[in-house]
Amino acid sequence: MSSGDSSDDYGVRLLNPDGSACEHVDFPALLGVEELKGCYGAMLRTRHLDEAATALQRQGELALWIPLRGQEAAQIGSVRAATPTDFIFPSYREHAVAWDRGLPAVEVMRLLRGITHGGWDPAAHNLANYALVLASQTLHAVGYALGLQLDARLDPRYDAQAGAPAGPEPAAVIAYLGDGAMSQGDANEAFVWAASFNAPVVFFCQNNQWAISTPAARQSRVPLAARAAGFGFPGVRVDGNDVVAVHSVTSSALARARAGEGPTLIEAYTYRMGPHTTSDDPTRYQPTGEVDHWRALDPIDRVERALAPVCDAAWFDGQRAEAAAAAARLRTATLALPDPAPDAFFDEVLVTETEEARAQRASFREYRESFQV
Amino acid sequence: MTTTHTPRPSTLLVPEARPAAEPAPASVPLARALGAGLRDAMAADPKVVLLGEDVGRLGGVFRVTDGLQEEFGEARVIDSPLSESGIVGAAIGLAMRGYRPVCEIQFDGFVYPAFDQIVTQLSRLHQRSAGHLRMAVTIRIPYGGGIHAVEHHSESPEAYFAHTPGLRLLTPSTSADAYLLLRQAIACDDPVIFFEPKRRYWERGPLTAPEDPPPPMERARVARPGTDVTLIAYGPTVRTCLDAASAAAADGRSVEVVDLRSLAPLDWPTLADSVRRTGRAVVVHEAVVTAGLGAEIAARLTEECFYHLEAPVGRVGGYHAPYPAARLEQEYLPDLDRVLDAVDRAFRY
Repeated sequence: MSSGDSSDDYGVRLLNPDGSACEHVDFPALLGVEELKGCYGAMLRTRHLDEAATALQRQGELALWIPLRGQEAAQIGSVRAATPTDFIFPSYREHAVAWDRGLPAVEVMRLLRGITHGGWDPAAHNLANYALVLASQTLHAVGYALGLQLDARLDPRYDAQAGAPAGPEPAAVIAYLGDGAMSQGDANEAFVWAASFNAPVVFFCQNNQWAISTPAARQSRVPLAARAAGFGFPGVRVDGNDVVAVHSVTSSALARARAGEGPTLIEAYTYRMGPHTTSDDPTRYQPTGEVDHWRALDPIDRVERALAPVCDAAWFDGQRAEAAAAAARLRTATLALPDPAPDAFFDEVLVTETEEARAQRASFREYRESFQV
Repeated sequence: MTTTHTPRPSTLLVPEARPAAEPAPASVPLARALGAGLRDAMAADPKVVLLGEDVGRLGGVFRVTDGLQEEFGEARVIDSPLSESGIVGAAIGLAMRGYRPVCEIQFDGFVYPAFDQIVTQLSRLHQRSAGHLRMAVTIRIPYGGGIHAVEHHSESPEAYFAHTPGLRLLTPSTSADAYLLLRQAIACDDPVIFFEPKRRYWERGPLTAPEDPPPPMERARVARPGTDVTLIAYGPTVRTCLDAASAAAADGRSVEVVDLRSLAPLDWPTLADSVRRTGRAVVVHEAVVTAGLGAEIAARLTEECFYHLEAPVGRVGGYHAPYPAARLEQEYLPDLDRVLDAVDRAFRY
C-alpha cells in the first residue's frame, strides 16, 4: 500500500514527520507550495482558536469546549479537497472543517456557550449543523447523496445509458465520524445504504485513538479502513497528521464519488492530543508517554518543517501573528454574544406554531412577568 | 445574532388535496384510499419520493403502495435495505436536499430501531438549524392489533411520539380521512408520523370528505353527535366507539363520538366543547393506558372542563402488559362491551 518512508501503521503518507516528502503509487501529492502555505495558516489559526476557546471555557465563558488539538491536518486536508458544492456533514469536533468552510468562528461558540443547539444555515456553506448523537449524521449524508443522485435521475437531460445528466458538475458528500461512531448501528446502516445505491459519499473517519476513555482497540479487531471491504467499497487508511496525504486521498475519493463510482471509507489515523472535552481528564486512562509519542508527529510542526526551506522567519512570524489576532477577535466576539430571549426555546419547534404552543409561550411570559414589579 | 420567531403561512390546508377527477367508486377500502393519496401526491409534486421495505416491486406487505413503482419508477419508489434507522436517516438527508420523502415502517413494532433518528434528529433539525431546515418527512406506520399477528405486529406506540416536541401525529379512521390526511401530511413542512389503523385497512368508505373545503389536519371531527357522554377515539377504535354508540342508543343513551384525527397537536377546543355539552368523557385507545394519550386527555379535560364534568374522565385501552399472542388479543383489545362498561361507570357518579 505504501512506499518510500511511508509506514503501513499510519497509512498513506506523503509528508514525513521530519518534513521531507515521500511518494505513494496511488496517491500523488496535489498541494503545491502556495497551497501548503495556505493549509499551514489554516491549521495554525485552528490551533490558536482552539486554545482560545479552551481558555474561555476555563474562565466560565463557555459551557463546554471540544478541543481538536492534533487533528488539524485531518480536518484541513480533507475539507480542502471538497468543492463549495460538495455537502459536508460534520460530527461535533470538526471546528476546523466548519471554519475553513467559511463559517464564522463565533458561530461554533454560540453552540458551546449554550445559546443554541446549532444555529447556522446549512445551505450557507453546504455544511450541516453539528450532530452530537454518534453516527446519526452518516445516514443523513447518505440520504443527501441519494438526493444528489435523484436530482440527476429526475433531470430531463438524464442519460440513462451514461447514467449521468448532461447538466452541472456533479457534487459529492463528506460524512465525518470518529472511531467511536464506527461501532454505532447507524454508521453500519449508512455503509449498507451507500453501497447498495452506490451513493456519492465519502465517509471520513478520524481515528483519534480514543472515544473518551475507550481505546480504538475496543472498537475493532481490524483496522477501521478494512471494514469497508465487507460492505463492498474501498477503504483507505491515511496518516491523519499528514495534510498532504489526507488531501490527496480525500480528493481521490471525492473524484470517485462524483464520477459515479460510489462510496469510500477513509480512516485518518491521528491522535486526540487534548481531552475529549473540557470536562474530561485523559490522565486517568491514557498510557504514559503516548502523548509524547504523538507530539513528535504533530501535524503543524510537520508542515512547518516542510516549509522551512521556502519560507523565512518573517513569514512564519506573520502567520503566528495572524492566528493570534484571530483568536483575540474570537474572544471578543464570544464575550459580546447576547443571551437568547427567555422564550427562545419555543422558537422553530414546528414550522407553524401550534395553538397549544402559542398558549404555552403566552403563559410562560405571563408567569415571568408576574415577578417583575 | 439571536433567533427571532417569525410566523409563517400555514401549510396545514391543502385545498387541492382532492382525489383526482377520474370517476371514483362510491366507496373504497381505507388501504386503497392511502394508495390514492400517495399516487396523487407523487403526481402533483416530483419531489415526493417513497422509501421503505418491500414498497416497490411488492407494493408493500399490505399493498398500500401497489402500482406506484410501476408508475413512478425505481428512483422515486425506493425499495430500501432492511434498515429502519436507515430509512428515517436517509429521509432526513433527502429532505435536506429538498425532497418530500414518505417512509413506510412495515409494522408498528419495527419503528424502534428508527426511534433515535425520529426523536433525536427528525423532530429537532428545524429548531437545531434555527428554522433553516424543514423536515418535510412523512413516516407511515401501520399500527394496532386485531389481525391475529405474531409479536411486534400489533402495537400502538403513538404515546412515545406524542411526548416528543417537534412532531405531528395523524391517524385516520375513514377512507376519506386516509386520503385527505395523507395528502396534508405530505404537503406539511413539519415531520408527520402517520399512524394507519391496519385492522381497518379493508373497511370501505367514500374517498372524498363531505366538507368543502376539507378540514385542516389539526382538527378533530365529531363522528357522531350526542348529548349524554363523549367517547374520544382515534384510528381503529373510532369504529368500536361508533358501534358502542349505536348499542347505547338502544338503551336510550345519546353518545357523542369524537375522532381525534390529530394526536399531536390535540384539538382541545373541539374536545372541550364536546365535554362541556355532555359532561362525561371516556377516552378509548388500543395503546397501554398507563401514561398513554388517555392520561393526557383526561388531565387536560379535568383542567378545562372541571365544573362541567359529572364524572371523572374514563379511560379504556390496553392493559399494562405486552400485547398478547393472537389467541388472547380479543381479551386485551378494547371492544364494544368494555366501552359500554366504561360509559355505565361514567353514569354512576
